[in-house]
Amino acid sequence: MARMKFLCDADRCIECNACVTACKSEHDVPWGINRRRVVTINDGKPGERSVSMACMHCTDAPCQAVCPVDCFLTTADGVVLHNKDLCIGCGYCFYACPFGAPQYPKTGNFGSRGKMDKCTYCAGGPEADNSPEEYAKYGANRLAQGKLPICAEMCSTKALLAGDSEMIATIYKERVLKRGYGSGAWGWKVAYRETIAV
Amino acid sequence: MLIKRKSGEATRTRLQAMANGLSSGVLDRRSFLTQSGLALGGVAAIGSIQLGAVRKAEAGPVNRAAPVVIKKNVCTHCSVGCTVTAEVQNGVWVGQEPSWDSPINRGTHCAKGASVRELVHGDRRIKYPMKLVNGEWQRLSWETAINEISTKMVEIREKSGADSVFMLGSAKMSNEGAYLFRKFGAFWGTNSVDHQARICHSTTVAGVANTWGYGAQTNSYNDIRNSKTIIIMGGNPAEAHPVSLQHVLSGKEINRASLFVIDPRFTRTAAHATEYVRIRPGTDIPIIWGMLHHIFANGWEDKEFIAKRVYGMDEVRKEVAKWTPEEVERVTGVPGEQLKRVAQTFATQKPSTLIWCMGATQKTVGTANVRAFCTLLLATGNVGSQGTGANIFRGHCNVQGATDMGLDVANLPLYYGLVEGAWKHWSRVWEVEYDYLQSRFDEVPAKAGRPARTRKQNMETSGIPSTRWFDAVTMPSDDVDQRDNVKAMFIMGHGGNTVTRMSEMSKGIERLELLVVCDPHPTTFAIHGERKNGTYLLPICTQFETSGSRTASNRSIQWGEKVVEPIFESKDDFEVIYRFAKKLGFADKMFKNIKVENDHPVPEDILREINRGGWSTGYTGQSPERLKAHMANQKDFDLVTLRAKDGPAKGDYYGLPWPCWGTPDIKHPGTHILYNTNLNVRDGGGAFRPRFGVEYQGKTLLAEGSYSLGSELTDGYPEFTFGIFKRLGWDSDLTESELATITKIGGNAVDAVSWATDLSGGIQRVCLKHGVSPFGNGKARAIAWNLPDPVPVHREPIYSPKPDLVAKYPTRPDARELRMPNRGGSVQKAAVESGVAKKFPIVLTSGRLVEYEGGGEETRSNKWLAELQQDMFVEINTNDAAERGIREGQWVWVKGPESDSKAKVKALVTDRVGRGVAFMPFHFGGWFQGVDQRAKYPKGTDPIVLGEPVNGVTTYGYDPVTGMQETKVTLCQIEAA
Repeated sequence: MARMKFLCDADRCIECNACVTACKSEHDVPWGINRRRVVTINDGKPGERSVSMACMHCTDAPCQAVCPVDCFLTTADGVVLHNKDLCIGCGYCFYACPFGAPQYPKTGNFGSRGKMDKCTYCAGGPEADNSPEEYAKYGANRLAQGKLPICAEMCSTKALLAGDSEMIATIYKERVLKRGYGSGAWGWKVAYRETIAV
Repeated sequence: MLIKRKSGEATRTRLQAMANGLSSGVLDRRSFLTQSGLALGGVAAIGSIQLGAVRKAEAGPVNRAAPVVIKKNVCTHCSVGCTVTAEVQNGVWVGQEPSWDSPINRGTHCAKGASVRELVHGDRRIKYPMKLVNGEWQRLSWETAINEISTKMVEIREKSGADSVFMLGSAKMSNEGAYLFRKFGAFWGTNSVDHQARICHSTTVAGVANTWGYGAQTNSYNDIRNSKTIIIMGGNPAEAHPVSLQHVLSGKEINRASLFVIDPRFTRTAAHATEYVRIRPGTDIPIIWGMLHHIFANGWEDKEFIAKRVYGMDEVRKEVAKWTPEEVERVTGVPGEQLKRVAQTFATQKPSTLIWCMGATQKTVGTANVRAFCTLLLATGNVGSQGTGANIFRGHCNVQGATDMGLDVANLPLYYGLVEGAWKHWSRVWEVEYDYLQSRFDEVPAKAGRPARTRKQNMETSGIPSTRWFDAVTMPSDDVDQRDNVKAMFIMGHGGNTVTRMSEMSKGIERLELLVVCDPHPTTFAIHGERKNGTYLLPICTQFETSGSRTASNRSIQWGEKVVEPIFESKDDFEVIYRFAKKLGFADKMFKNIKVENDHPVPEDILREINRGGWSTGYTGQSPERLKAHMANQKDFDLVTLRAKDGPAKGDYYGLPWPCWGTPDIKHPGTHILYNTNLNVRDGGGAFRPRFGVEYQGKTLLAEGSYSLGSELTDGYPEFTFGIFKRLGWDSDLTESELATITKIGGNAVDAVSWATDLSGGIQRVCLKHGVSPFGNGKARAIAWNLPDPVPVHREPIYSPKPDLVAKYPTRPDARELRMPNRGGSVQKAAVESGVAKKFPIVLTSGRLVEYEGGGEETRSNKWLAELQQDMFVEINTNDAAERGIREGQWVWVKGPESDSKAKVKALVTDRVGRGVAFMPFHFGGWFQGVDQRAKYPKGTDPIVLGEPVNGVTTYGYDPVTGMQETKVTLCQIEAA
């Protein structure tokens, strides 16, 4: 069974935000919700690097561990999904997530946030695959159509990789070997408790 | 701490209502169709304020149970030419998939390309024709609008002349639309037909064409994968052409190539460079001459290349000798050692390519800059082979094509110029009498000591550039070298905030008798200045709602097919131009050879007419059938060579990059790399084009001992005419019908019929047979004696931060150019004398953001993009901010040195810009001098994001050759607001 992961090659990411708008278009994500965003460090200085961030679909996901209503499920592919019918909008997952992935449609305290929304790895939710109900709550289900997440598929410089862990790690290793440098698979240590040794 | 330009999370409240379409109060037709079709709770989702879960299907999911139609078109933003794959269901664009097969983008997009689906759902488009009546927008029918506008145009024509109507076209048009618009201008009788290339790469076109023949990118994005040294100077492709970085970074990684970024600003591109060189804005020529100083001093130049293929390099050596490392450092701020390293790498780690964009071109010395860049390439032998070249990244999706189609004040389509022979060529193609075309032009009376012009002289005189249209409205009539001032602007697809000196533009716009804006969005033209009457808005659809071809920066031509029908009441360019021509009474002549169905000219037929006339640039082989076959078989094309390895297009280069010689049936493959002597002309090889005679001052202008592979002539040769064919005995290779056409064209001067005027294509066919380049085999010119400053010399910007340098490097004296006075010399002198640099000590430069494009009305109306950049800002250096007590994110006034201009924007405090330099993006509009103009837009068409246009504070300054404006170097002061 494949283990789906994201890998952002920071030496390739140019902060073009294609991943962000591709996600918006694919799932019709409303204004104010960002399932994916690009974060830049050392902005405007030598050493400036950008990484595209979303739910990393962690191994033993912390969000899942803290959810009081147990609305998360990890699929056989390692994709972390959640059930909006169960979600009570408490915000625990937001505090638990090391990547700031959970988003809420409203701002406010004590349960007034609305149902949590986050990257689904383009894999929808617990409803029937590609049903209108699933789309309305979670957006498109590309995985069920045999496609990978749209953000990675449309990445302008092919910095953002999605797919089976082994495969994307191999692609990344080959790149690092060929070009002679690499700043590491950002976030892997935290999300998957491993690094890519080259 | 993670800090970025847009600091974290998007603002939720301020613009959210706008994005939800609340201010428009209109449900867009597309959404309605989808929602109904998919029964997702129907109209419950309309204008939803609640955001529960993901807002219910505004555009809807793809219904996987029903059939999906795939349509392929091309992204309508930058010039890279990314294929867009659209999924269409029931006439609604429901999904966008990666275009894996395109050799250009290989599935990828940037933020703009990934969000183009919004354009045909957008409820902020102009929905129906409107006009301004006593300050209120009123709806009217297409027929009424066309009747009223045409009547007014004719009235102005009778009173003031044809030249009083300025035709401003667009780089967003297809080739077919741009060609029709240029033809429309010719039939109307004016040469003031312009478009965005004026403010984009007009100086590149002029500079490059004057050096080696054609004004275009010599190689391609893909070919950069072959480079071992890459210099990007005056360009930020990571934001302006993001998908090109896929190829640039691949080149950098695969070849371990050096990537130098030379720029005043540490751009997002610079962040990926192997070395960044910071320069003072406006000192490009000293940088290039400084590099050549090291190259010549160390003998790193390509002596063989220069001897065989370059004219006049010795003249350059004299100028270069003045630029010692000390003087270069004094003027540019770049240390000699660093520049030496860059120069050595560029000259010795070959192949090397030089990439430039607006940083080089949008200058008072734009044409000279470009020629200096070309000279560096020539001196190091880096033109005309793989991995080398002037990789000029053009701006808009079809700015190359629209330029080719002659949306230019000095050209007919395909660079034929405006001379009698050019007009006669096109009148033969159009099958319309030359005398009729001449009769359409004005007679110009003698004015202010200038002689009068006959109709013929006027039709051969360049028009007014788009940078000066408002001066042509407001200046005394005597200053404007045509019958009368400009009285009307007829604009198809051009922003109003993209031209400098907007305070002056306000006066011009207010004095126009007629302002016609044909566009998907109102543009700043609709709201700028205090107009109450006489403005018309006509809704034009995007290229996704029509068909046609567009030419990417690398000259590849791609056919886009209609994805959906035009939304609301919008129409495409073809139909609107046709209906105006019909009303104005010349449609029968203008569309004599173009099929028109229900008032809609057929784009394929327009392209066939272009094919019949485009000999000079090799736009003849790209028939609609061949282009469509390329789009259908993209998978067959190689990523690096762009050549099809298999399939029906086998052997062709992707998109038949021009020149694609001869008629379509001889199947020339197109030319991937210009001037490439390593290939047979039949396989896309070539040589430099001798356009300026065969010798100058006793020295030959033809190549010496250099020729393209397989050429039967093994030395330089001039362009081919029937006369030369006879001398070579090649006339016997022509068929009878070819001979008949040539004889008919030639009349009593049959020997003069050339490769560019022979409508049979026989001369080109026979040239290919003999392996020779139809336009000849000449030398590139390092010295262009027909231009001001034949060898480029450094000239300080009009508003220089270093007045002491102005004495040694002054701008050019005042002169008359393109029907207008250019008073740059006086303005610079006055600025120095009045001490402007003391009051306005910060250099202001401008550029692009990845999320927006051009004037930005379209992209700022796209909710997926608008969310990412909600505020106009100025980048100010940390030290400059500290001196002024300015904090990150606070409101500041940026004040310009002319017209008491000012702009209220947010401060972004960063070391991205050097000390004493500030940067503003140019995509914003809708505010002016601190005042929000949102209420002036027609209801529901205001872009989500508005902001101050940078051109509210930009200043005087024009390139002497093309009238290019100065947007990259002026002065300003910044204060906390």
